[in-house]
Parts: sequence; structure tokens; C-alpha cells
Amino acid sequence: MSYYAGKYDIAVIGAGHAGCEAALACARLGMKTLIFSISLEAVANMPCNPHIGGSSKGHIVREIDCLGGEMGKNIDKTFVQLKMLNTSKGPAVYSLRAQADRKKYQAEMKHTLEKQENLFLKQAEIVGISVEDEKVKSIETNIGAIYEVKSVILATGTYLKGMIHIGDVSYSSGPDGVAAANKLSDVLKDLGITINRFKTGTPARVNRRSLDFSKMEIQEGDSEIEPFSMENNFQKAKDQMPCYLTYTNEATHKVIRDNLDKSPLYSGKIHGTGPRYCPSIEDKVVRFADKERHQLFVEPVGRDTDEMYIQGMSSSLPEEVQIAMYRTVPGMQNVEFTRPAYAIEYDCIDPQELKLSLEHKRINGMFFAGQINGTSGYEEAAAQGLIAGINASLKIKGKDPIVLDRSQGYIGVLIDDIVTKGTNEPYRMMTSRAEYRLLLRQDNADLRLTEIGHNVGLISDVRYERFLEKKEKILKEIERLNNVIIKPTDRVNKFLEKHNSSKLSTGAKLADLLKRTELNYKELAEIDEDRPELNKEIQKEVEIQVKYEGYIKLEEAQVEKYKKLENKKLGEEINYEDIKGLRLEARQKLNKIKPLSVGQASRISGVSPADISVLLIYLETYKNNKN
Amino acid sequence: MENTIVAISTAAGNGGIGIIRLSGPKSFEIIDKIFIPKNKSKKIKGYTLKYGNIINPENNEIIDEVLVSYFINPQSYTKEDMCEINTHGGMVIERKILNICLKNGAEIAEPGEFTKRAFVNGRIDLSQAEAIIDLINSKSDKEAKESINQLQGNLSNKINEIEEMLMQIMINIEVIVDYPEYDIDEITNDEALEGLSKISNMLNNLEKSFERGKLIKDGVKTVIFGKPNAGKSSLLNKILNEDRAIVSNIEGTTRDSIEEYINLEGISLKLIDTAGIRNTDNEIEKIGVEKSRKLANEANLIIAIFDGSKKLDEDDYEIIDIIKDKTAIIVLNKIDITTNVNTKDTLTKLCKPTVEISALNGIGIDNLYDEIIKIFSLENITNDNEVIITNERHKSQIRKANQSIENAINSIRNNMPIDISSIYIKQAMEDLGEITGKNVSDDIINEIFKNFCLGK
Repeated sequence: MSYYAGKYDIAVIGAGHAGCEAALACARLGMKTLIFSISLEAVANMPCNPHIGGSSKGHIVREIDCLGGEMGKNIDKTFVQLKMLNTSKGPAVYSLRAQADRKKYQAEMKHTLEKQENLFLKQAEIVGISVEDEKVKSIETNIGAIYEVKSVILATGTYLKGMIHIGDVSYSSGPDGVAAANKLSDVLKDLGITINRFKTGTPARVNRRSLDFSKMEIQEGDSEIEPFSMENNFQKAKDQMPCYLTYTNEATHKVIRDNLDKSPLYSGKIHGTGPRYCPSIEDKVVRFADKERHQLFVEPVGRDTDEMYIQGMSSSLPEEVQIAMYRTVPGMQNVEFTRPAYAIEYDCIDPQELKLSLEHKRINGMFFAGQINGTSGYEEAAAQGLIAGINASLKIKGKDPIVLDRSQGYIGVLIDDIVTKGTNEPYRMMTSRAEYRLLLRQDNADLRLTEIGHNVGLISDVRYERFLEKKEKILKEIERLNNVIIKPTDRVNKFLEKHNSSKLSTGAKLADLLKRTELNYKELAEIDEDRPELNKEIQKEVEIQVKYEGYIKLEEAQVEKYKKLENKKLGEEINYEDIKGLRLEARQKLNKIKPLSVGQASRISGVSPADISVLLIYLETYKNNKN
Repeated sequence: MENTIVAISTAAGNGGIGIIRLSGPKSFEIIDKIFIPKNKSKKIKGYTLKYGNIINPENNEIIDEVLVSYFINPQSYTKEDMCEINTHGGMVIERKILNICLKNGAEIAEPGEFTKRAFVNGRIDLSQAEAIIDLINSKSDKEAKESINQLQGNLSNKINEIEEMLMQIMINIEVIVDYPEYDIDEITNDEALEGLSKISNMLNNLEKSFERGKLIKDGVKTVIFGKPNAGKSSLLNKILNEDRAIVSNIEGTTRDSIEEYINLEGISLKLIDTAGIRNTDNEIEKIGVEKSRKLANEANLIIAIFDGSKKLDEDDYEIIDIIKDKTAIIVLNKIDITTNVNTKDTLTKLCKPTVEISALNGIGIDNLYDEIIKIFSLENITNDNEVIITNERHKSQIRKANQSIENAINSIRNNMPIDISSIYIKQAMEDLGEITGKNVSDDIINEIFKNFCLGK
């Protein structure tokens, strides 16, 4: 028996990292919002690795924070270790990574949802979405509640027809023992949405008591730490939990090779496409046969648990084989599993069916975010959730969607990549995917995005004022460095000699001295008498902007070039079949993707430079026609 | 359109005059840098011609004396600011001027781009739009076919080899950035520098091969050189076997250059007959004489023709002086009349290939051919199966890539973090990618996954 359960603005299906961000954004923007999870124990769960951030993903968390999202704040409250990676490299790729207390992260996020005005958290499985005239009308739960909604955001993670494989054992399940959602993907299929099948996997969780850490290498967090959220401020770390490093060996590889026939990956039982960047240990041993050992990271799962996560050892071999191979590893001779490694297959959609706003191209008011779009990773999911939430709300308010471009953020790169090119494996962000990564640093996420977050309405006036103040101070200090001339006195030259830097014979700008690789902002204080009192973040920002100025300018010039085509907009109403001169493949692809700009069109595979010329000419004809 | 484009608008080998065309907002600015008008007035008026010299602003070397026509937008073919440089023609001068324009802010025009701009800017009306779409499309297809032909050959192998080397350096940098926690050996600065200098050398060689590539594509620029009435035009006519040049025994009637192509066993020769070298008071003729000297300087081969029946005079010695350091064949003409022993002796001492002919009767012409073939046989031009580039756009991309590599080397030498220096390496890959049409980012990611064992 179904019943009418009321009228809402937006319903978010799924309360993982995408769903939580989406729901919070909607509610904070004044939308009466529902969020559903099959189990409320699974809210903001990390069913795989217990860490957030890392190379390029840390950048995404900062971007989420500067647009007004929750992930950064939540991990700042619940981390057990923080580390800045890549510090020996350039500032573009410094990356913050946190080990999370998984249960605390979940509890904190769940409580944040519960406390949020306008937001209604419900435990239910969604089994129906009704669409009339290509417009979302209502949704229905497994227990018959029908909610009338204007928009729906699907953030179903790996739950759709989730199927877990451990050796020859397979069963229907979502992640971490939560039930799968077996009806919703058929609903989507009936609505004419393409369904793909992807696969991912996770290693075993083991009991800390069964490990011998004396045979492993300890990996501590940083002693001076910085937060993900630019609203927070902490520097001294306390009570961090360490990770450990150990390695597989020839014995491990032998166990794997002897049992390959028992892997559903090799027996052909798994049909879903798995990610190359996240291979199972059996994949690694087969593909990199001459590698003598593989790294394994032993990571804590939280403070109130003795479970530990073994990164590098994901597998779908039978449990018995898994135990045998784990026990060949130094420090794991007596390992006891709490949860075995498994592979999971799930349904997802083709993100090329979406607009850059993450709304479905055809179905009005239907947004998609996270793993259902063929991506992988908590951070990637959260980023999409936030954007989908913002855009679903803006749509109801009758405003234009927020679309970040490739020069504004990793989030822009991510969404442009999946919507424009699609993906044939779970998509993971990497710094190599960003063309302008020196501009997309984690330290300047606020300079790039706070304005947008404030305009949308997710960044408070207080935070915005503070941001403007910081920006002003940075500009002023850079200006000062460019105006102060350091004279070639004995004292200065002695200072330079001390730092192995060539002496001055005529005066030099402070900024030019800072550009020397052997000198840094902190040390230059010695010969910089009128230096103003500035906090560490500002000092760091000033240093990066001055030191790498030439390189930054180079990328800015590249962005200028890129923007020219990006600014040539293509209307949704264009029927590419009508454009004479386009090749057949290009017409089909363009009609499918409906790019927003000529720039986006040029990134579609199958659209050639000749087709782009034709489009440019068509655009002019069209403009002239209108006039 | 925001950028300014340039192209040689006259077809290759079309003789006495060449036009280089500029279109876009910087046209006048570029012209101002490279053109010294005789009338110094800075005022630019549309539909006007100015007379003066094109110079290389780097060293103020005069390239050619030219007429420049100015068109102020929207009164031009493209409805943009435009200039047309009318030169004395000849591929070498045209290419030189093109290069100077490129160095001073212009970009090379795509095929059909002037017409495209004319349309985009509304110069051509709507009814012509479809025709133009077809035109550009067919040009692109033709271009595509041509570049595929070239790419199937050695050039693509060479570029692929260089791209592969760059890729190896690049993925070794990228992988440690994207997977900092893994025990992957970090690429050292020395390793990167070694690889990059190797690549830079290869690019240098490719860039240099363009000059030889031009010999094949445009022909060996051969100047027939000699004082008036030594028999230049007669020789050219003999070679061409037709009366194309104005032949006359009145000195100084060949005021303009005449270009013709012939093919000698696969070597393309572009023959240029010049006005005679002679000191003259006649103003119009003076221009022709100076031009002859310049052409001699730019020629790949000089055929210096002397009247073997007479004593060498002052003018002859001047010619000898000009050719002494150049690739030249000495032709002793008029052996049908008589041979002056002193003249022959003096010329033989120059240690250049020497042939005796009678241009009038066609005696000895075959010997001349043999000498030319000896110097320019294909094997001599393309030794060691070396790759040769012939396409101006390819050359310009290779030069850009090489510049990026140099920047990367300097950046690494200055101890910049390697991922910062890699901005230039990626730029170089993109520059080369524009020759082969590859998407760099996707390639790097594919290679990383292929070569490194990563993941949870």
C-alpha cells in the first residue's frame, strides 16, 4: 500500500559522500530536502580506504571547502593522522592526506545532516521515480511512501545491483554488508537511461592484535599540520596514529599464481570493468610479473577499533587463499581477518548523458553524482554531490547552473572529463589530468573559488570578508616585494654568500631575490627590514606567487588561449544533423554530448579540427542570421 | 579574430613577384617593426602603397625592397587590418619575410583561413556560406590526406621516437607526483637533463633538415650569374629549349629575373636568370644589379658565366670575388669563337668545377648537367636515411618544441622542482602533438598505468 508522504523540493537518493554534500548544499540554499539511505548506519561510510585526500584528491577537498561543502570540515574533526605529501616537489602538487577515524567521520556527518534545517534524513530504499513529460514528479520508497519532488539527485554509489565476489562465492550486497538496491537501475533503464556495469575491489580488514609491527616500517604523521578547511586553524598535532609499511614477496606471489584459476576475475565470472589504477593484487602479480615485491600500507581504521586496512592487497580470491597469501607477508604471519577482501560489481550510468551541471540532458530535474556516474573515490563523489546539489537548487530558483571550467578547479576538470569524454573504467582524479595544475594548487583554492561559493550562498559573509582581507594582504605584500630595492651592502652580500647565492653588484628587487631557488621568504627576513607581520598562510602564498611567477604566467597564457574557444557557446537547440560539412561521426557525437562550447566540442573524441572549423563558421552564420 | 595571421599568397614558382599577406589586429604593428618606408610618415591610410625595405629587426639586415599595401578594417578582404608585401619574389626571400613576420608576432595561416575570416567577419554574404564550408572541408580532407602520407613516412617515425623519449621522462615525473607514497625511483635531474639534451639535438637536426628539405621541395635555387652579354640568357634558353627569356646582345635588357624549373635526374633546379652585374648609372637598372648580388647570396648554386673569348675585366673580377666562397660552377662561354688562355687559367685556379660551353650552339651543356648532378644528387642531399622536413608548419612546431625543451633544461639547471620544469616538457609534447595529432594528457595517464604497478 502506498501513501502520499508530502511535498518537497529535492530528494537525494543515497547518503554517501556525494549524497551528504548534495543534501547539505540543497538544504543550506533553502530547499526543503530529503535524503535517503538504505541503512542510516551507512551514512558517509568509507567502505574502502580509511583516508581522505592525497595527490589531487586533497586539492578536491580544499575546493569543496571553498565552495561551501562539508568534507574538509568533517575530516578536520575526525582525522587520526595528517600528512602533506609531495613536499619535496613543486607547490602545485603538495597534497594533504588524512587518515580518518571512520566511525567518527560517519557519526559526525550523520549528526551534521540531522542538525541541518530544511533537511530530512530517512532510512528507506527508493524503488520508483515517476517522470511525466520528461520532468521528475515524485519518488516512491520500498515501503510505499510517495514524495512529490521537483528534483531528484541520484547518488547511489555501488549499491545498484551490487554483487560481491569472493572466490567462487557471489552474493547480492552493497558495500560493507549493507543490502544492495536491486530495483532502481531497472527504473532508470525504463526511463531510457544507459546502464553500464563497473567493478571495484577492496582489501581485507585485519585485527591489530594479530600483526607484528616490529617487522614493518612505521610511518608517522606530520608534526606541524594544516587543516583541510580554510575555516579551521591548527598547527601542532597531538595523538596521531601511525601507519605501517610492509611488502609482499616471492612466497606471496607464488600463492597467487597457484590459485589464479580460482579468481572470478580470471575465470570470466566478473563482467564489470575495473579500474587500472586500482588493480587487485592478482592483477599486479600477473601484469608486473618481474616485480619482486609490492608495497603494502597498514592503516588504522579508527581510535575505538583494532581493525586495520591493508592497502595494496585488494583481491577477489577465495578467503582461504587470501589468508594464505596475507600470512606470507612480514609482520602478518599470524594475521586474523575481520573482513575478507572482495570485488564488487555495480550498475552505473554513462555520464555523457549528463549536462555539465550534472543534470540529465533529457530528463528535467534528474541529477546524478558520484560513483553512479562512473567515477571512483570519496573526494570525486563529494565534489559531484556538491555541484549537483548547488545546481539542483539553482534550477528551482530559476538561476543558471554553476559550471567550473578546467582552469578553475580539479572539480571542473573532473566533470568536464566525464561528461565530455565519458569513461570506460571507474574514473579517478590525477594531477596529470589537469592541464593547468600550477594554477590549480591546493593552497590557492580559496583564491580561486571563495567568490563563487559566496555568490551561490554557501560561504558566509564572515568567511568571505576574512578571505577578502587575506587576498588584499597577499596583493599588497607582493607589490611591496616588487618595489623594495635591496642595496649591495656588505651585510646583504654576506647573507647571500651564506646561502650560496651570487652576490649583488647593483641593487635588486626583493622579489627578484625571492625568485632565486636557493632563497626563501623566511630567510630573506634577515635583509628585509620593513617586512609586515603576516600569518604563515599568507607568507606561503606570497612566496609561491612570486617564486613561480614566470611559470604561472606561462600557464595563464595557455588558459587565455583555451578560453577563446571555451567562450564560443553552442546552444542546446542546435541540431548537428542540419550542419552541412560535419562528418557523420562528429554529427552523432555532438548530438549526443550537446557541448556547451566549441572548446568542449574540441575535446570530444571523434570530433576533428576540421569539424571545429565548420562549427565556428556555423556559429557565425547563426549569429548573422539572428541579426 | 584576436590573432594575426600571415601566409605567402602567391603560388610557388610563379616567377618575378611574390606577395606575403598579413591579416589581424597586429598587422600594422608587425609591419611597423619590419618595414622601413622611404617616406618616413607614420600615417597609415587605407588603399595606399608605400615603398621601402623589409628588414630583419634583429640585425637590421635588408631583406628586399618592396611595396607594402595597407588596408584598414573593415575595408579589406577579411574585414580586418591587412597588409600585403609585394616582394621581388623567389621562395627564399618570401620564406625569409614570412619567418620575420612569424618572429614578430604573426601566426602562420591555416589553409583557407583568409577566406574563412572574410566569411566570419561578414565580408562574404550568407548565400556563400555553404560553399565555403565545403571548400574548407575539402581543404581539410586534402590536408589530412597529405599529412597522413607524410606521417606514414620517416618523419612520423622520428617524431614518434622523440615523443616516446619525452613520454618516458614525463611519466617518470608524473608517477611520483600522482603516487607519492609508492617506492618508485625518482627521476634525477641528471637523468632528465641527459634525456632532454639528446632530444634537443634530435630536434635541432630536424630543424636544420628543413633547409635541405626545401631543396627537394622547392628546387635547388640556381642563379645564372655573369656580366652583361656573357651569355646568361642564351644559356637559360638553351637549357629550357624555348625562348622564354628575352635574349639580346644589347647589354642590360634583362632587367627582371626570370625563374624556370627543370628536372635533372630527380633534382629539381629552379633557374634564375639575372640582370647583368655591371656598374651602371641607370637608376632602374641599378636595382636589378643589386638584386643580382643578393640573389647570388641566397642561391644554393651559382652558375657563373664568363665570356671565354675575352680578357677578364674589372666586372669579371667582382663576380669572382662574390662567388669565391659559394657553391658555384664556372662556365666558360663562347668557345665557338675562341678561348682566351689567360682567362681560362685564372678561372681554373679558383678550384671550382669548370665547364667550357658554347651557349649559342649548345656545346658542352651536358657537361654542365653532369657537374650539377655531382653536387646535388639526391644521395648527397639526404645522406644516412636522415629525416627531412619540408612543411613550414612542421618546422615551426619543431622549433617551438625545441624552445620548450631548452626552457625545461634551463629550469632544471636552476634547480626548480622537477614537476615545475615538466610544464615545459609537456608543452614540448603538445607542440609535437600538433604535428601528429595526439592528446597528451590521456597518453600520459595510459602510459603511467602501463608502466607502473600502483593502486590499493
